[in-house]
Amino acid sequence: MLKFKSFYSALLFVFILIIFSGCVSRQESGKSVITVWHWMTDREPAFKELSKRYEAKTGVKVSFELYVPSDAYSQKVRAAAQGANLPDIFGILGEKRDFSSFIKAGFILELTPYMDEDNAKWKNYFFAKALAVNEFNEGNSYDIKPGIYGVPIDIMTIQMVYNKALFKQLGLNPNRPPQTFAELLDIGKKIKAANLQGLVSGWGEIWMIDCLANNYAFNIMGKDKVIATIKGEVPYTDPDWIKVLSLFKDMQESGLLASGLVTMVNKTAEQLFANERAVFAFNGSWCVNVYKEMNPKLEYDAFLPPKVTDKYPMAIWGGAGSSFMVSGRSKNKEEAVKFLRWLTEAPQQAYLAEATNNLPANKESINKIPQVLANFARAMDSATHPRVWGVSEFSPVIEALDKGIQSIIIGEKTPEEVAGEVQRIKERELKKRR
Amino acid sequence: MKSGLYYKTKKVTLNLIIHLLLLTVATTCILPLLWMISSSLKTQETIFKDMSIIPRVFHFENYYQAWIEGGFGRYFLNSIFYTVAVVIGIVFISSMAAYAFSRLRFPGRNVLFFIFMAAMMIPLQGSFVALYVLLNKLHLRNTALGYILCMINVGLSTSIFLLKTFFDKMPKELEDAARIDGCSKIGIWWHVALPLAKPVLAVVVILNALNVWNEFILALLIFDSRPLMPLQVALMTFQGEFVTRYPLLMAGLTIAALPIIILYLLMQKYIIKGVTQGAVVG
Amino acid sequence: MKIKSALENYIFVLPAVLIFSIFYIIPFFSVLQLGFYDWDGILPTKIFIGLSNFKEIFSDRIWWQSLWQSGYITLIALTFQNALAFLLAWACDREIRMKNFYRVIFFIPPVLSEVVVGLVWQWILNGNYGILNHWLTHFGFANLTRNWLSDPNTALTMVAIVHCWKGFGWGFLLFLAGLQTIPRELYEAAHVDGANAWQSFKSVTIPMMISVVVLVAILTILGTMQVFVLIYTMTGGGPGYHTEVPVLRILASMRGSSRFGYACAQGITFGVILCMISFVQLIVSRKAKN
Repeated sequence: MLKFKSFYSALLFVFILIIFSGCVSRQESGKSVITVWHWMTDREPAFKELSKRYEAKTGVKVSFELYVPSDAYSQKVRAAAQGANLPDIFGILGEKRDFSSFIKAGFILELTPYMDEDNAKWKNYFFAKALAVNEFNEGNSYDIKPGIYGVPIDIMTIQMVYNKALFKQLGLNPNRPPQTFAELLDIGKKIKAANLQGLVSGWGEIWMIDCLANNYAFNIMGKDKVIATIKGEVPYTDPDWIKVLSLFKDMQESGLLASGLVTMVNKTAEQLFANERAVFAFNGSWCVNVYKEMNPKLEYDAFLPPKVTDKYPMAIWGGAGSSFMVSGRSKNKEEAVKFLRWLTEAPQQAYLAEATNNLPANKESINKIPQVLANFARAMDSATHPRVWGVSEFSPVIEALDKGIQSIIIGEKTPEEVAGEVQRIKERELKKRR
Repeated sequence: MKSGLYYKTKKVTLNLIIHLLLLTVATTCILPLLWMISSSLKTQETIFKDMSIIPRVFHFENYYQAWIEGGFGRYFLNSIFYTVAVVIGIVFISSMAAYAFSRLRFPGRNVLFFIFMAAMMIPLQGSFVALYVLLNKLHLRNTALGYILCMINVGLSTSIFLLKTFFDKMPKELEDAARIDGCSKIGIWWHVALPLAKPVLAVVVILNALNVWNEFILALLIFDSRPLMPLQVALMTFQGEFVTRYPLLMAGLTIAALPIIILYLLMQKYIIKGVTQGAVVG
Repeated sequence: MKIKSALENYIFVLPAVLIFSIFYIIPFFSVLQLGFYDWDGILPTKIFIGLSNFKEIFSDRIWWQSLWQSGYITLIALTFQNALAFLLAWACDREIRMKNFYRVIFFIPPVLSEVVVGLVWQWILNGNYGILNHWLTHFGFANLTRNWLSDPNTALTMVAIVHCWKGFGWGFLLFLAGLQTIPRELYEAAHVDGANAWQSFKSVTIPMMISVVVLVAILTILGTMQVFVLIYTMTGGGPGYHTEVPVLRILASMRGSSRFGYACAQGITFGVILCMISFVQLIVSRKAKN
């Protein structure tokens, strides 16, 4: 019994000690002048290196703090905003509507004056489309004062990629990706006949389906009609939308879509494509880096999703990959802006692009990149993004559309049924906002 | 009359069936562990190409790399510190409360117990922002103490429930004897009830240790400074938004699983031995 | 004297109540309050909308589907998982070789990270190169092969089975602890009375185990109704809405749609439903005991 008692007393003692040491270890006042919160694991070492160079150059210390996974990062930023603990520089993940809320609440500094200084010197660093993602135009639906509110640090596009070796195996020209949707479906039949797996993508995480559906919506009905749908002027039951939804049925029936696609996460898709288990993938420009690490010998190339009609141009999603914002309540606003300007200068952008295989946001740094990546960069001409449209679709509607497409692919619902359901939710949300 | 041979065959067959069942289940449990360990010895290139359990080339350096790159040294100590602190806190606080709920009478006892039980039911996800704001006001955000108290709170309800169930089952005679000997209530709890509850305490320890050890969302939310972060946060850095470095992740996960397995090995002795002791006394 | 005794008794619960009220009750009330607001989680302005969020929950078909689905998983966990856990605990309680080995091995799944579990089971259940389909074809059941996780007929059941596999170790542990408390003399007495194995199981084991069974049942319900990490890594709630569960829905409202108020209302509703289920179960088990 005595032994027992002393053991527990020791535990109690340790516990009390721990509580008090917890109080002591509180003091952790950073001497660093600028704090940056980010979620980009793959860029962390490059950021650390750049912050070292910046300190050597200016004497200003920049501390990059990495918080992953991105979901948790996003929660942290929102919680920090509520507690008024936002760092000097941070990034916002989410839709443009969330971004606008941050601005309305005064958490984000408007950067337009800095961008326009010296004949818009800073502004001219960037691809216009990269900047557009962080821009609010005149008469935007969010009631935000027109201007630029974030600094893009890289760009991305989302396209199709195909495996050249498997193309040869299918008897196709490995240097000629399909040009039309009909051609794509034909290849689907060949894939099925050869018992291969066709298209892989992260369609279990819904936003990548949304992306492809939107690409084809732009191709079939044109940008204006898509925007009109979001504004509630055109219903989702419109024949053009049903045509968009039917494409997924066609793809499934032709044998183009890999088995298990509807619950696939993008990392699984990347793993399959990198190991030559799938002919096509629908993926963003970041995949170049992923494939390189998993299979350096992979022969593949990128191409725009093959168009259905010539009526309207094919549009893909692209623009700023990640952006940084300056806190509206930061005490170091000026220093923070200076640092971001330095970070987006050509040499630093080139370093970031080289170290992380991302596409730089600075126009001048785009020349020294690998060929596949250059293809992704070239596709910027066709790029658009929900964040530049000036209006946002309601999240429940996006979810219903994407989940509906999953149901179409598994043969559970028809395109008409899905369109009807999406429209019902759209009307419910519209009614609520009035 | 059935012969001895009949019984013997029956027993052998029964044992055979039992062993077959146990072995099947055991195999499904071991394979993922083996897969994890074998994957931790491969490279990013071979991990999904070479599906064999025994890798062709053993890349032990993955462990070294994971340890160094993840900054495991610091985080490992942090995690052990948080786990020990939270588990000790929970064991004391919840066993006291559970003992009171099981043995002592006071007004509001049932209501209080019901509130604790109800707390198990409501998922915490929605309350993170509220918790953040609260910790901020109490100046406990970005402190080890704040994290420890939050995690104690997380494990409290379930632990009280577990302990109360077992306290209810335990014989009262020993406590009565101790009371007659003039032992105080605290003394009885300390000298009689707790030793008897060793097996369920072991379960509480394992349950909460695993819980704290694997937690990272709350840690990420309330800690700004990396030196305070627990081990899981380091593991997360191997799963980037776009690139997951699988071999390093698997090496890290293997390292992270070890302390919990060791703890389980230590504790399960109490579960088995402790219970038989308790039964003899009862 | 009596008051002093009661006060003394309060000391026992004081630390628990203190921590609990600060770190649980206060946030709980702010969550409850937010349930009555329309708030995106960012803006400083919150719009009071009364019971609208709760009304919307009632007509939210997918919310109720997700609830039903987690109920289905719970049902499988209650029966299949707990039966397996009990059987294995009972087997390991016997004088059997390598029982210490099994005791350790069965606790591996709860310790494994969800990432590993997700990856391994995806590899088993994959439609294209999965082991399960490979074996089915090998043994002549080629017509049964399918992509187990993206087929709406099997996805939920597969998720439930993986969940059971991951969680049975806890039930095993508690059942084993409970079985070990049964004095051996009782079995010997039953044996002397001429009871066979089944009879002694019925007359000795079951009555002695009821409270542990109730405990495991409640913990299973709570653990399973709130499951989400595993499902998120395996199917993301898909295909369609076939593997959605309430906690995933709450998280979806919180992050995807930025509908923080609605998410809080969902959390409260979910909690109330779980309370009711546990309450009913407690009453039933109390009646069963008497």
